[in-house]
Amino acid sequence: MKDQVNIGQAGTLESSDVLVFVRFSPQQKGIKIDLESPSEKCFGKMILKSIEDVLNDLGIWNIYIKVHDRGALDCTIRARVETAVKRAQKNKGEQEE
Amino acid sequence: MKKRLRRTALYVPGNDPSMIQNAGIFGSDAIVLDLEDAVSVNEKDAARLLVRNALKNINYGNTEVIVRINSFFTPFGKDDLEIIGRAHPDGIRVPKVETIQDIQNIEKFLDRIEAEEKFEKNSIKILPSIESALGLFNVFEIAKASQRIEVINFGAEDYTADIGAERTKEGKELFDIRTRMLLAARVAGIEVQDSVFAHVRDTEGLIRETQFIKQLGFDGKSVIHPSQILPVHQVFTPSQEEIARAKRIIFAIKEAEKKKSGVISLDGRMVDAPVVAKARRVLDYAQAAGLL
Repeated sequence: MKDQVNIGQAGTLESSDVLVFVRFSPQQKGIKIDLESPSEKCFGKMILKSIEDVLNDLGIWNIYIKVHDRGALDCTIRARVETAVKRAQKNKGEQEE
Repeated sequence: MKKRLRRTALYVPGNDPSMIQNAGIFGSDAIVLDLEDAVSVNEKDAARLLVRNALKNINYGNTEVIVRINSFFTPFGKDDLEIIGRAHPDGIRVPKVETIQDIQNIEKFLDRIEAEEKFEKNSIKILPSIESALGLFNVFEIAKASQRIEVINFGAEDYTADIGAERTKEGKELFDIRTRMLLAARVAGIEVQDSVFAHVRDTEGLIRETQFIKQLGFDGKSVIHPSQILPVHQVFTPSQEEIARAKRIIFAIKEAEKKKSGVISLDGRMVDAPVVAKARRVLDYAQAAGLL
């Protein structure tokens, strides 16, 4: 059961929000982030750094994340990433029980 | 410290980033970031983290920032308080309070969080919401249940459903709860806010209801749309005549104090402590409206 893929999603595509999809899988080595944002040119690096900070705080080193940003504030992006990761972890916990 | 006015408390859905980030710009005296009725059951976890991050990062200026958590009788209430408490909102609005025990449960939680986070003791306020017959029955005890309580309010929809009343725009069915809430608040020495006026497009109805609750003695009202803020503030804004008289009363009492005289008369009427208190209140509202 431990080899299963676990996914989580949070947020929306509404203005000022962000839709975050995360996937834990045995094949995933390291952190891979796909970012799509209207402000990617200006803030892309900052957004990636924020996502990595959240993952670091949660102790996550192997994960795939897809982020559709709709002009969200940094604190919103951080909240949505944390929620998506925790939902995936919860799914994982439920499957292992 | 300057006394906080509580004319309006604007409800903001706790899972809507756009509304959360703009909540402070409409000029309400308080905002209530709502984790309860405005958030669906499967988004409670997301809203909790969104509101926590907003509290830590968004500058709402002088606006009082309140979070309405879910009741401790739901699976969400304790997690809400554990996470939101650590982001130090100005207050926690607690829905469906029915007994002193409900307040004590919240208080214990906040005592622990404040100690662990090294926050000032009692710096997070508790704002109980009365929404049932039992809650109203116990409201005198609830209002006095904690030093953290500075204001109480009630939820008209849940309350009328609980007592079996018909909910009307006119609101006669709320007369009893309004007067009891008011009396309980004044006995406890705290403030009291009215429930929401749900008909967003009926500004005249809102003004009528606000005039009525002001006449009863309420300090303010919860609102559900930014367009309701200004009409409520206007009702609570004193007239030029009221302001002028209040100023004269304060001036007269200061002069009397200089002469060490307790009671004075102004325009042939006695001016004593309650008159002075009312005058101060008028000037507080005038100042908040930018008239001083």
